[in-house]
Amino acid sequence: MGKRILSAFAGLAAGAALFAGGAHAEESVEVLHWWTAGGEAAALNVLKDQLEEQGVTWQDMPVAGGSGVQAMTVLRSRVTSGNAPTAVQMLGYDIQDWANEGVLADLSDLAAKEKWDDVVPKALQRFAKNSDGQWIAAPVNVHSTNWMWANKKIFDEVGVEGEVKDWDELIAVLDKIKEAGYTPIAYGGQPWQDATVFEAVVLSTGGPEFYKKALNDFDPEALGSDTMKTAFDRMSKLHEYVDPNFSGRDWNLATAMVINGKAAVQFMGDWAKGEFLRADLKPGEDFVCQRFPGTQGTVLFNSDQFVMFQVGEDKRDAQIKLASAVMSPTFQIAFNKVKGSVPARTDVPGDELDACGQKGMKELAAANESNQLFGSLAHGYGAPSAVKNAVFDVVTAHFNGEYTSDEAVKALVEAVSAAQ
Amino acid sequence: MSAGGEGVRLGAGSPFWRAVLYAVLLVFAVYYLLPLVIMLLNSVKPLSEIRGGNLLALPKVWTFEPWHSAWSTAQVGVQATGLKPYFINSFLMVFPAVAISAALGAINGYILTKWRFKGDSIVFGMMLFSCFIPFQIVLIPMAKVLGTIGLAGTVSGLVMVHVVYGIGFTTLFFRNYYAAFPTELIRSAQVDGAGFFRIFWRILLPSSGPIIVVSIIWQFTNIWNDFLFGASFADFDSQPMTVALNNLVQSSTGVKEYNVHFAGAVLAALPTLVVYIVSGRYFVRGLMAGAVKG
Amino acid sequence: MTATSNVTTEPVLRRSSGATALRRGLQDWLPRIVLAPSFAVIILFVYGFIVFTAYLSMTSSTLLPRFDFIGLENYVKLFKLPNWWIALKNLAIFGSLYIGICCALGLFLAILLDQKIRGEGILRPIYLYPMALSFIVTGTAWKWFLDPGIGLDQTMHALGWASFHFDWIKNRDMAIYTVVIAAVWQSSGFVMAMFLAGLRGIDTEIMRAAAIDGAGPWQLYRRIIIPMLRPAFLSAFVVLAHMAIKSYDLVIALTNGGPGRATEVPATFMYSYTFTRSQMAIGAASAVIMLMMVASIIVPYLYSELSAERQQ
Repeated sequence: MGKRILSAFAGLAAGAALFAGGAHAEESVEVLHWWTAGGEAAALNVLKDQLEEQGVTWQDMPVAGGSGVQAMTVLRSRVTSGNAPTAVQMLGYDIQDWANEGVLADLSDLAAKEKWDDVVPKALQRFAKNSDGQWIAAPVNVHSTNWMWANKKIFDEVGVEGEVKDWDELIAVLDKIKEAGYTPIAYGGQPWQDATVFEAVVLSTGGPEFYKKALNDFDPEALGSDTMKTAFDRMSKLHEYVDPNFSGRDWNLATAMVINGKAAVQFMGDWAKGEFLRADLKPGEDFVCQRFPGTQGTVLFNSDQFVMFQVGEDKRDAQIKLASAVMSPTFQIAFNKVKGSVPARTDVPGDELDACGQKGMKELAAANESNQLFGSLAHGYGAPSAVKNAVFDVVTAHFNGEYTSDEAVKALVEAVSAAQ
Repeated sequence: MSAGGEGVRLGAGSPFWRAVLYAVLLVFAVYYLLPLVIMLLNSVKPLSEIRGGNLLALPKVWTFEPWHSAWSTAQVGVQATGLKPYFINSFLMVFPAVAISAALGAINGYILTKWRFKGDSIVFGMMLFSCFIPFQIVLIPMAKVLGTIGLAGTVSGLVMVHVVYGIGFTTLFFRNYYAAFPTELIRSAQVDGAGFFRIFWRILLPSSGPIIVVSIIWQFTNIWNDFLFGASFADFDSQPMTVALNNLVQSSTGVKEYNVHFAGAVLAALPTLVVYIVSGRYFVRGLMAGAVKG
Repeated sequence: MTATSNVTTEPVLRRSSGATALRRGLQDWLPRIVLAPSFAVIILFVYGFIVFTAYLSMTSSTLLPRFDFIGLENYVKLFKLPNWWIALKNLAIFGSLYIGICCALGLFLAILLDQKIRGEGILRPIYLYPMALSFIVTGTAWKWFLDPGIGLDQTMHALGWASFHFDWIKNRDMAIYTVVIAAVWQSSGFVMAMFLAGLRGIDTEIMRAAAIDGAGPWQLYRRIIIPMLRPAFLSAFVVLAHMAIKSYDLVIALTNGGPGRATEVPATFMYSYTFTRSQMAIGAASAVIMLMMVASIIVPYLYSELSAERQQ
């Protein structure tokens, strides 16, 4: 190895240092998020452009993987090293956990000026504010998780008309589909997907009050109740309608099964809609969107929020601009059109959204009015991550046949209390 | 070291046994090649063919669009830049890290074999043990250290991390290699008045070819393939290849363009593949010379 | 990668003649001064961090480190968690099969390749290349290949073998074995290279002598050659053992711990408790146990190697 190679390396290293140091602009925001590919990343561009018009450079810090698991690891390392990003995409209780660490920025002045209190659903505000009532996050959208997506052709073939109203009707329909030779349920066997179905089943089985008691408040009595056992029994019932290869399947592959007509229904949040739309299917004509049978009128929500971290004074102005841009109606509509979710502000017009989206918006507003809007456990709005994952463990183990329903109820109570 | 030499012949070289031998070897070649073949085949198919078709079938329509897309137009985060810019980041990180860790390993190996002192085996043992810690445990304290010394989120910081956790391996390689180096040569050089560095530079280094290759291969592949450190310690402008690939492949709620993913994966693997294929022969030779000697 | 060497070079270079005392003093200390930075870095970044983790495991840290001391409570909690036991059991199954099969297959291929094979130059890199790829790269391909819906199973059906059935990755009891298959794929070629290097390093005189004594090729391998590969075996064992304990990418890419939690291993357990579940102290406790496992393999090995060397 000659000196020339060594000096070449030295040159490269120096170049690297220059490269790393040279890219900072006057005003900039660094945004850590996990919308890293395809349409949703493109949708973020709307935000980026909007900021750049105001002279703020967007420094993109995408870290993909498992609904933000990887990104949260990165965030810990960034905060520990004293190099927190300007804004971070985050969900539910995670926001509160970080707020308790005292590392978030206060957006209250901006929120007061733009009247966020009046336009953001109350249930969401609880997560976007810290315990002192200061705004610390700007919600981007509201997803809801208790949806059922169906292939219209198969539904027509087996004679399903109108909404499937409750559990018994659902089972009747699934039986018919099975007889007709289709896979009734397109199912993705990953813990968060299991939990997404489970929470809808719990809501449908026990009603909104029970859901809140069990999966938001974690009342041990509710967790150990017979209703909970029924919910687990129903999960086992659903297991009879899935194909043998469900385990580990990504949600979008399950959606593809519905799109291709291999399977009839999928229970999944409204992000599944994007897949249907991209396959050029029309809501109402080619596919059906309805609430999970028996959960009509109630909305389990999940909301992506940009949480603002404390940054130096020099970056504060840009951060406020970012927060303001996130809450602007233009961005909320443009983004949510692509993402499948609905705007986090209830005051923006929904006419640019498709039929399912409009339906979702109306239901969200109604649920907000009637206090039927609850946090989705599967997506971090029901419990802090320790408890959430403890529930995942039990639900997944039960669905995969490791526990009977009785054992699952017992394990659930134990796991939750151990994690609290 | 009778490279390629007098292996013991099994089955006395009868044509039948030779045929069986080659058949077995070929079966294993297929086993090792399969995942790569799957990736290559599916990277030149249109998406519709992947969705509906057989994993191992040849493409009906050949398309190189996925490769183009993965390289320069795919959405990786907000920018539709493809993987191209991240390659540069990776190279900027890998070259200095490999060079520095190999250099340190060489000099450490030299000291630990030719300038031995009391307690040197303990020092060596402690350095070697560092190869075996699970890297997940160092994330948080390392972040703190990087922040304290002002290297958080920089390429230099990443280089430092990789050097720190690479020294153990490179020291091991060079130490075992130099242990077999005739001490007489060094002694006579010393009599001629050569000092510590001169001996290293003039006598040991020129004959360290094979072990340098082993160290470089090992370090290059490890650092190039690293995801954990890259994801945790890089900034928006220093993210390496693997992080970008993961961003491309692991989109949470978007359409999965598998052909682009596979093309991206092969692209990401190319540098290490090239290194292995080009220097594979030296690798075995280097292992022979240093790493597995008894 | 053993720590052994057959040439010992004890204090050879201390007594250089004709140099001044000062210069000699410097020359004496120079090696230690040059080595010191590397050693200091290791002390801080490896042992310092291990101490940090050990301390963390005795605190009530959740999202970020916290520095209160609560004793061994987290270890009690850890060993009450069913997931941890599943992880340990899986590591036992995975580790023993992985190491065993890699060694056997590596040796087998090395012996075959050592038969003056035409095209060795092509085969060897083919066997070796998987080591160059991370599972971030090959994970999807493996997942697909093993998936009965799209992979091998379907291909066999398409080729007319309708009764072919391979659904291990979807089967709670078998999934861990698919992890073994992929792991063996990645490392067996590397082990092969180590054995091949070992075989090529054996003195041919010994073999010739044994052959003259009338030993057949099989006997030759069993009695003479394989025993002489002991250092290569040991090196392979150490490398494989630490890879087995550290295996993380592999499981995440292939099964992500599923079906259910059937393929959870300590490395995934540790990561998920530390970072995903915000139970950092329990994660740290599991890390300490993992470190102890690594140490229980590596330390005796290092000790025997280094002390054997000193006795030479």
